[in-house]
Amino acid sequence: MPESITLKDPGRESRIFLVRTLTAVLIACALLAGILYRYYNLQIRDYETYRTQSERNRVQLQPLPPKRGLIYDRNGVLLADNRPSHMLSIVRERVEDLDATLEALRALIPISESDLETFHQKLGHRRPYEAVPLRFRLTEEERALLAVNRHRLPGVTVDAQLLRHYPHDALFSHAIGYVGRINEREMQALDQSAYRGTFHIGKVGVERYYEDVLHGEVGYQNVETNAHGRVLRVLERFDPRPGEDLVLHLDYQLQQAAERALGEQRGAVVAIDPATGGVLALVSTPGFDSNLFVNGISTEDYAALRDSPDVPLFNRAVQGQYPPGSTIKPMMALAGLQAGLITPETTVPDPGWYRLPGDSRRYRDWILKIRGTGHAPRVDLHMAIAESCDVYFYDLARRLTIDRMHELLAPYGLGERTGLDTTNERPGVLPSTRWKRDHLGKPWYPGETLSAGIGQGYMLTTPVQLAVATSVLATRGVQRVPQLLKSVGGVAVEAPEVSRIEASPEHWDAIFESMRAVVHSRRGTARKIGEGMQYEMASKTGTAQVIGIAQGAIYREDEVAERHRNHGLFIAFAPIEAPTIALAVIVENGGGASVASPIARAVLDDWLLREPPQPDAAASEGVPVDG
Amino acid sequence: MGDYVRQMPGERAGLQDSASLARRLHLDLPLLLLLLVVAGLGLVVLYSASGQQLGAVIRQAQYLLVACTVLLVAAQIDVQRYARWAPWLYAGGVLLLVAVVFFGVGAKGAQRWLSIGGFRFQPSEIMKLCMPLMMAWFLAGRGLPPRFTLVLGSLAIVILPAGLILVQPDLGTSLLIAASGLFVLFLAGIGWRYIGGAVLLAVLSAWPAWMYLLKDYQRQRILTLLDPESDKLGAGWNIIQSKTAIGSGGWEGKGWLQGTQSQLDFLPEGHTDFIIAVLAEEFGLRGVLILLALYLLILLRGFWIAANAPSTFGRLVAGSLTLTFFVYIFVNMGMVAGLLPVVGVPLPLVSAGGTSLVTLMAGFGVLMAVATEPRTVIPR
Repeated sequence: MPESITLKDPGRESRIFLVRTLTAVLIACALLAGILYRYYNLQIRDYETYRTQSERNRVQLQPLPPKRGLIYDRNGVLLADNRPSHMLSIVRERVEDLDATLEALRALIPISESDLETFHQKLGHRRPYEAVPLRFRLTEEERALLAVNRHRLPGVTVDAQLLRHYPHDALFSHAIGYVGRINEREMQALDQSAYRGTFHIGKVGVERYYEDVLHGEVGYQNVETNAHGRVLRVLERFDPRPGEDLVLHLDYQLQQAAERALGEQRGAVVAIDPATGGVLALVSTPGFDSNLFVNGISTEDYAALRDSPDVPLFNRAVQGQYPPGSTIKPMMALAGLQAGLITPETTVPDPGWYRLPGDSRRYRDWILKIRGTGHAPRVDLHMAIAESCDVYFYDLARRLTIDRMHELLAPYGLGERTGLDTTNERPGVLPSTRWKRDHLGKPWYPGETLSAGIGQGYMLTTPVQLAVATSVLATRGVQRVPQLLKSVGGVAVEAPEVSRIEASPEHWDAIFESMRAVVHSRRGTARKIGEGMQYEMASKTGTAQVIGIAQGAIYREDEVAERHRNHGLFIAFAPIEAPTIALAVIVENGGGASVASPIARAVLDDWLLREPPQPDAAASEGVPVDG
Repeated sequence: MGDYVRQMPGERAGLQDSASLARRLHLDLPLLLLLLVVAGLGLVVLYSASGQQLGAVIRQAQYLLVACTVLLVAAQIDVQRYARWAPWLYAGGVLLLVAVVFFGVGAKGAQRWLSIGGFRFQPSEIMKLCMPLMMAWFLAGRGLPPRFTLVLGSLAIVILPAGLILVQPDLGTSLLIAASGLFVLFLAGIGWRYIGGAVLLAVLSAWPAWMYLLKDYQRQRILTLLDPESDKLGAGWNIIQSKTAIGSGGWEGKGWLQGTQSQLDFLPEGHTDFIIAVLAEEFGLRGVLILLALYLLILLRGFWIAANAPSTFGRLVAGSLTLTFFVYIFVNMGMVAGLLPVVGVPLPLVSAGGTSLVTLMAGFGVLMAVATEPRTVIPR
């Protein structure tokens, strides 16, 4: 068509339009003929094929759920297993009267209200002729009863399936989490076709975090069935791909030692291998039996767990946020050295209290109420950490300022989620003037800097954060993302490095030496646990205030209700010359660090002195090393 | 074309009265009758597809009533007034689409609706009408075929709203609206060199688009189309089931309310996008042929109106609206039969749903306004 430009020429314009319209009509007719040809092919040429296919009550597609990946500890101890179990399901299309069938079933075997509720939910999401589960874990007796009555229960089937089982009761409940029945909300968010035939999904912890890896891929088979839904013949089959097995850094024996040491107390222990960032133990007490959740926990059991004053469902190791107390003093000291505000030789006068210039308020040292005076006339870094002197750190904190403190303590992983591969981790708080403005809308007061300097006030940390911070100390500055997963499908998983603290070796030596003195010196705050110790450790005690003590009041531990007693904290790494383990212990309302330090000793003893070397950990140094 | 004589096919003396009433109401009687017959057929199929729920049929009939009212109103407006309004309607539509980007609400990761005082609507529906009007206004009166600069301008007019809808994301609607604009360009006589070049460009850009532009679910839809067996439990399910429904209908069909695929719930979306499968299963290829014949008559009537329209603007608008109607039929019937990827396009006049029906009838209202445009106004 020529491009020559013409002024408006209605005759020409309508000619152009007419030609184009005719072209369009021809194209449209051709395309409609194509569509018609397609329908002709489907409805006339391939009629027989589709007619047969539409007789769906004879041939049906069955999903084959994948086997969920298993979870092992570092030495091959099975932590999460699959066990065969029988379930009762119903094919709605084959049931004449659903209510009558359900009545008949309830007369035979126990079916709870929550079973029925889940069943009715699933009924709405099913594919035609898909079996919908009603009851899991049938007993031998129940199966026999159902078998005998099968003839009068058309559409009711009993199938074997694999079900999650946790063999170690409450020991790993917080470390690996659990699976549970898929609920309505999860159903909406899921790729439903990937979960055909699967009724469970990871709810919390490792089970949830690695759901994609553990789940695998669904398979399916085309089966020919008779009028009662019994499978007569498998026409074609595509196998499912099982989920990957996970090997965790966790050590069964160490986990046990930590749980035993905590005993009846509420608290948490997190132990990390500083070299890899691998989490060797993660205990939060009290725990609970994860198996309760696998098949839908009963209302009574759940209420008991939920309403217990000890909150067993609360994972203290990652969700519990506690003031770190004096455990941050080694990090504060290094911050002072880095900033050039102090040297290892710097001393501070210690009358047992501290006063801000132009402020009459006295900030007391914990030693004042015991001895009526300070630790010594003048206190240096070594003594300040070994004896946990508050005045030294009040002074340092004031000179450092809160924002500098925030900047220098951040590389220990405080105030942010560590990125541990589990669910529900809390971030804690590493305060700064900006943090207070953003979160509380108030300016920062100088006195609050002093509280922060001894790990009180706004500062909050989780046990896993403290363990990471301890690991940063043990490695002289390397922060790694803590990781539960050691390898998957035989391929090792490396924990990424987050940051590195640059400080001179002499400064690190001074910190290590002072932390050594906490246990291994005459006046160290944890000297009691040093008795008969066959290795040397670096550590720090801490006490976290639960309620504020009014100015001038005298703190009498026995008068304070148990729930208001201070939390006891302890961080440690060992052996000091080449650390293979770094840990944090917290005992809620333990009163002070003296309840936490023996727990640390028990865990370290197990790791460093364990008698029969583990099969793949028989290292030449005589201590188990990461394989 | 010579002198215009108003004529109706098969017009007889008995129809004279109703015909003149229709003319006074600015209605094109043959077109209106065809539309009502197809919509009525749709209600019959819907009763079966909805699992024999009279409520669903009544609700759809109410939508139909509303849609016919909209048609009646749209038909009363003078064509030249549409031409004057076109740029403002278009600008308003684009503004609403921009508002969707910022204030839109939606579900399942797509943000398509605007909610004003509790009333939710999709601005992209409005665009379906604004686009042909705007393009026709832009090209008419500037000489046909359009010059190069005009082609560039029209491309900008097309791309702006199409792009805004694409990011919602709603690829199907975006392509349909772009198509309705490009049809105007085609009907205006744009050179075949442009068309050839555009086709070449589309072919060349297919690979990069596949790699970078399409989202995972869109790629999945196309892959599923090529090999529905690859995803038997997921997306392939719909196509396998709808093909089975259509195929098992044969020539005669299983009979009304007798379709096993649809009545036993094998067929997903049986009352909306996949309703043609229900018709094909229960009424067989015979039923499909009848429906296609009715659609063809509507298309031919639409093109007839377009060809006979006195003004260039009217011709372009009528032609584009008719072609767009055709695309709906083609895409829907093609996707249900497994020829085209599954995009959410309803079968016009038959699928359940109010919004698309109202938009469609509004379009036919404009078409009828063109059909009854007075000839004398146009200076020759």
